[in-house]
Amino acid sequence: MNGFKIIVLAKQVPDTRNVGKDAMKEDGTVNRAALPAIFNPEDLNALEQALRIKEAHPGSTLTILTMGPGRAADIIREALFRGADDGFLLTDRAFAGSDTLATSYALAKAIEKIGRPDLIVCGRQAIDGDTAQVGPQVAEKLGFPQITYAEEVNIEGDVVRVKRRLERGIEIVKASLPLLITVNGSAPECRPRNARMVMRYKKATTLTERQSANEDYLRMYTSHPYLNIEEIGFKDLDANIDDCGLAGSPTKVKKIENVVFQAKESMVMPATDHHLDALMKELIINHTLG
Amino acid sequence: MNNIFVYCEVEGGVIADVSLELCTKGRKLADQLHCQLEAVVIGANLSGVEKQLYPYGVDVVNIADDPRLEPYTTLPHTSVMIQLIREEQPQIALMGATTIGRDLGPRVSSALHSGLTADCTSLEIGDHEDKKNEKVYKDLLYQIRPAFGGNIIATIVNPDCRPQMATVREGVMKKEILSKHYVGTVKNLEVSRYVNDSDFVVSVIERHMEKSKVNLKGSSIVITGGYGVGSREGFDQLFELASVIGAEVGASRAAVDAGFADHDRQIGQTGVTVRPKLYIAFGVSGQVQHVAGMQESSMIISVNNDPKAPINAIADYVIQGDVNDVVPKMIKYYKKNTK
Repeated sequence: MNGFKIIVLAKQVPDTRNVGKDAMKEDGTVNRAALPAIFNPEDLNALEQALRIKEAHPGSTLTILTMGPGRAADIIREALFRGADDGFLLTDRAFAGSDTLATSYALAKAIEKIGRPDLIVCGRQAIDGDTAQVGPQVAEKLGFPQITYAEEVNIEGDVVRVKRRLERGIEIVKASLPLLITVNGSAPECRPRNARMVMRYKKATTLTERQSANEDYLRMYTSHPYLNIEEIGFKDLDANIDDCGLAGSPTKVKKIENVVFQAKESMVMPATDHHLDALMKELIINHTLG
Repeated sequence: MNNIFVYCEVEGGVIADVSLELCTKGRKLADQLHCQLEAVVIGANLSGVEKQLYPYGVDVVNIADDPRLEPYTTLPHTSVMIQLIREEQPQIALMGATTIGRDLGPRVSSALHSGLTADCTSLEIGDHEDKKNEKVYKDLLYQIRPAFGGNIIATIVNPDCRPQMATVREGVMKKEILSKHYVGTVKNLEVSRYVNDSDFVVSVIERHMEKSKVNLKGSSIVITGGYGVGSREGFDQLFELASVIGAEVGASRAAVDAGFADHDRQIGQTGVTVRPKLYIAFGVSGQVQHVAGMQESSMIISVNNDPKAPINAIADYVIQGDVNDVVPKMIKYYKKNTK
């Protein structure tokens, strides 16, 4: 066996977990500038699983693929620093406004362009939408079977064994390659950056990022091709424009609201002994407690 | 034709609660749309399963019964759903936002190029005007869900693609029997027409399922800790209070993400929805996605040192103070007043 060709799908997301008070603007829209852009947490769990498979099967290659704006190249570098071999940034205005289905269409077309792998690994879901749809949708478009909620993956010969974490227990399933696996947040955390890899890849950039660089810089990429993060646009794909972006998205956002709760008339009290004593007494008497 | 489909999860011949909740909702939507409600049950040893569904107002029960179809695996269930939807052209297809529904739904939507909205907290019927193309759509399914980490609430529609698909978490919709005497019809599907041998490439070797030790849905008093509780040790205090007053302990997403509490205690859009008699929120700010899972509680008490915490707006009582100070006092005065 000469190892496996592995593609990891990852997304750069706004860090919605630590939303501060300035995350929403006065007009009720999201203040993206107030939210740091991070590597989607469960995609890091996925990267770790992929790195383990790569290490267990010498000769394997690990490619990272992300769709997003130019700055999403950051997470490709993050993956290179942790042991990915190369990365592709799928970026084009034609993909703007994609829902999960249009996203999975573009990703599936990009995977066909890169070359169909033995294994696709991605996080269960991204924290900005929590839909958990893109992984299975990509699998369907490529005709790959899927295993979701993976916690452990082992490949022996041509048999893949996966431990899945379900709502009420665990399941161990068996499958063969090719396969798409979505990895759960309960799987092992991703390893930290490797200092040697950081040295090697810290100047890895996309063509767009290099456009303002000086000539010495440009020459360096000719002699060090691994520092090039390849950008893929719509024109590079064998894709139908009507299936991309907003046009290719069956779901439309009809309305976005900043929610105003139906306010009740609250009884506000300080946390004094006197007040808490009285409150507990009242709750017991009216049978809310006890 | 153009009916409403509910994919019903079944294990050991028993239909899951989440599916019965969706049938209840599906019945109401079907009445508004003047169409029929159809259930799809895929599994093994299903004879008589329709009797569990009729009381919820199901008109047609489509049954795919084959030993290979239980336990659930992705591809065979996907194949049945895709082909049945192509044959019957339902306008709406609903599934539980469970580990099964969230595995199956996107696969089906991808094959059919139909839109799917995950984790809806409300489903309504309404019209939609596409101003750009000057088109008006009648009677669409409004798929309503908190978005962007639960800071906003979005209404999603699928104007052109069918079926309109949505997943809903367990407990979000209410399960209500329509009539004990309601009777529909059964349609047994010829399984070999729907699945291929190649659909069985993934097989289950071992399963260890257990009943959840946490029973948030069934508890009449729920006390919930948020990020403001500060630590796992802080949660230990909440467990102590819970055992004294006979409550179950829940947690906000921020508290779960911070590692203060386990995921099966999470309350909100991506966790459990509860409707207890009494809900006490300790150090919970009250993001939309959290409130979506507890706003129907009969009485809400918020304990928070931030007077502007959004949850205070829906609370009956707001106790301004530190969680670590209030919990022991509540224990003390509960014991004192029940003596």
